[in-house]
Amino acid sequence: MNAIEINGVSKSYGAVQALDQVTLSVHEAELFGLIGPDGAGKTTLFRILTTLLNADRGTASVTGLDVRRNYRDIRRVVGYMPGRFSLYPDLSVEENLKFFAALFGVDVHTNYGLIAPIYRQIEPFAQRRAGKLSGGMKQKLALCCALIHQPAVLFLDEPTTGVDAVSRSEFWQMLAGLKAQGITIFVSTPYMDEAQLCDRVALMDKGHLLAVDQPLKLAESYGTRLYAASAREMWPLMQALRGMSQVEDCYTFGEAHHVVLKQGTEPEAVVEDLERSGLHDVKILPARGNIEDLFIKLMRHG
Amino acid sequence: MDRNDRLAISVKGLTKRFGAFTAVDHITFDVAGGEIFGFLGANGAGKTTAMRMLCGLSFPTEGKGWVAGFDIMKQSEQIKKHIGYMSQRFSLYDDLTVVENMRLFAGIYGMKTSDAKLRIDELLSQLHFGQERHAIVGSLPLGWKQKLSFSVATIHRPEILFLDEPTGGVDPITRRQFWELIYSSVNEGMTVFVTTHYMDEAEYCNRLSVMVDGQIKALNTPKELKLQYGVDTMDEVFRRIARGATRSE
Repeated sequence: MNAIEINGVSKSYGAVQALDQVTLSVHEAELFGLIGPDGAGKTTLFRILTTLLNADRGTASVTGLDVRRNYRDIRRVVGYMPGRFSLYPDLSVEENLKFFAALFGVDVHTNYGLIAPIYRQIEPFAQRRAGKLSGGMKQKLALCCALIHQPAVLFLDEPTTGVDAVSRSEFWQMLAGLKAQGITIFVSTPYMDEAQLCDRVALMDKGHLLAVDQPLKLAESYGTRLYAASAREMWPLMQALRGMSQVEDCYTFGEAHHVVLKQGTEPEAVVEDLERSGLHDVKILPARGNIEDLFIKLMRHG
Repeated sequence: MDRNDRLAISVKGLTKRFGAFTAVDHITFDVAGGEIFGFLGANGAGKTTAMRMLCGLSFPTEGKGWVAGFDIMKQSEQIKKHIGYMSQRFSLYDDLTVVENMRLFAGIYGMKTSDAKLRIDELLSQLHFGQERHAIVGSLPLGWKQKLSFSVATIHRPEILFLDEPTGGVDPITRRQFWELIYSSVNEGMTVFVTTHYMDEAEYCNRLSVMVDGQIKALNTPKELKLQYGVDTMDEVFRRIARGATRSE
């Protein structure tokens, strides 16, 4: 049995089609990433799976339970950390944890083992009000509260948005620890570089899934014809490349520009043209596409 | 007066204390005119506090600084006229249309009606806003709002533009279009001072500083920083520097 099954799920808000026929399966104990920008439909999908919202069409189940018929049972077996901080700011760290445990009818001590590695980091502030915690500590407390009833499936909606690179990598280490305990994790993020930390990912945009696979396989699926271009004058280089008929696409990519050349185009010829037009030290080298390149390609070509 | 006209920003020993807590601890750096300067740091490192002092919104406890040639201690009102500021928390009015927002900000910056009209037309065509110019801002997608925020922050053609995490949450194509707006403004002579959590964007900056616990721990070009730390990406540079942080927000 899959941990999550989504079958042809659609949802509109008035004229806005938030989800359009989404079909997806997440395996048990899988760390699955839903990757896409704001407005992709990620939160809507989370709300349907956690039974907070009904789909217009299609069916979905979590641990074999139907989101519509068995919604009460689902709520006992899932943990949900929404994108917005949703704990009680006037309760202390400890009170929040006890409150969530009480809601699920469990005892903090019984399930302490699961949250211990995370909770220990905020335990020195157990008496502090949740509203007075730093962003990173709030995030850890929210994760503890979502885990206190030992859920089978954990839903995390953009847990790392606006978080710095160091705290982000710490958070992903925590997720790896939870996965090792057999918990299925369904996590969304707008950061493309986090894809590689997932077992499998779905790329999502405007209510559609663009691709679903292991991150490495997705990157490999990019194909050839992608190059990294650089010159002494980076901005003029971009404009020159965009004006060339041999160039299919060109966009900034960290220290270089990524360029997609049309079939049959030799990069050496492009370099010559560019140098003749007055650019210096032009280099066009084969590049390996990553998730972000693929996302751009799929967004442009559907 | 040691007013400095050549540099866009020049600060020496800039410090801000809140009671016993030193949020910004003796930072010193210069930003040249026309430069894209990346101001990096972990959450809670003191970036926002430093940026508020540079924008004339908060006075330093200690140290000196000049922004657009004006003294941050004595000429904060002058500074505000010569800079633009955009943060991820938009200052746009959701209930007004695109054009109404532009007119409002042009008015706030004291632009003449005729100048404002020309400038608004120019910005609208740069953004490729057609019919959308009469759309209520609250109904626009996030990426459009970000581009509009950028335009509003530069409507008075500021010498220096401060961007506080301008690109959070948008898709990779929109994020790049946003950086192209930055590049084209810099091409016209504007200086950009930007914070971001996206390390590929750090690569687009001419120079970068990395703040840890209120102090600047590194400052150089992306290329030199990567060489210095012997790594391939800015992401790795950032982690090496910021990992030693003892405080968070």
